[in-house]
Amino acid sequence: MRELVEFLAKSLVDNPDQVQVKEVEGDRSIVLELTVASEDMGKVIGKQGRIAKAIRTVVKAAATREGKKVVVEIIQ
Amino acid sequence: MKKVEISAKTVEEAIRLALQKLELKEDEVNVEVLEQPNKGFFGFFGNKNAVVSVEEKINHIKYTKVFLDNILNKIGLKPKIEVVESNDFITFNLSGDDLGILIGRRGDTLDSLQFLTNLAVNKNNLQRKKIIIDVEDYRNRREETLINLANRLSEKVKRTGRKVILEPMNPHERRIIHVTLQDNIYISTYSEGDEPYRKVVIIPKD
Repeated sequence: MRELVEFLAKSLVDNPDQVQVKEVEGDRSIVLELTVASEDMGKVIGKQGRIAKAIRTVVKAAATREGKKVVVEIIQ
Repeated sequence: MKKVEISAKTVEEAIRLALQKLELKEDEVNVEVLEQPNKGFFGFFGNKNAVVSVEEKINHIKYTKVFLDNILNKIGLKPKIEVVESNDFITFNLSGDDLGILIGRRGDTLDSLQFLTNLAVNKNNLQRKKIIIDVEDYRNRREETLINLANRLSEKVKRTGRKVILEPMNPHERRIIHVTLQDNIYISTYSEGDEPYRKVVIIPKD
């Protein structure tokens, strides 16, 4: 799941080398903390969060398949 | 997408060096001459090299396939991918087992995947091409469902004389409803509310 978020983010930004995804395992869910270069924030969030929402939707579908709950957080 | 800027004595020489560096053939790139060479005065003063910018032509189909394969692989799916190219768009039709999760509720996962694919493939790319992703002909089936729904509800509005509000839909789906009912003389349609909760309303014509 971490790899999926990392790949999606890297495909969207201008500075793929600055994409980082940290996996924080909670009791019931996994939190994936996505960090990108500050000038790339718009590329992973989008107008009215449209891109962020699409990333979350795809990741959620992938997680359901593994029976996990995954939260994607974009870190400022 | 690979891109280099090379300077050399002549334009031809610069292109040759660029192709060598990119390991590509001439028909796989776009060339832009940034500066024409200038022999200068008797070959002494103002001697200027040619500068060219050589960029790999994007192959939308190849790039999209790699992108999708990568994602599907990470999700743990191995569908068959069929590609249909037309003037305005390229359709990737996926088929195989277990693809329900790719569609999601009312196609929202499929739409998200399609949205992200378009962003990734058309990033930094002047030759934009619309990519459509479909799973087991879902989009056609959904369109049929929406046309049936529109016709059924328009009958109901005509019969009861009361307006009907549909559930929220994306612009593409709303358009299917509007287009289906645009020539119906008994009812008319409009949309209300804000995205992503915008809904079609069918009202009787008086």
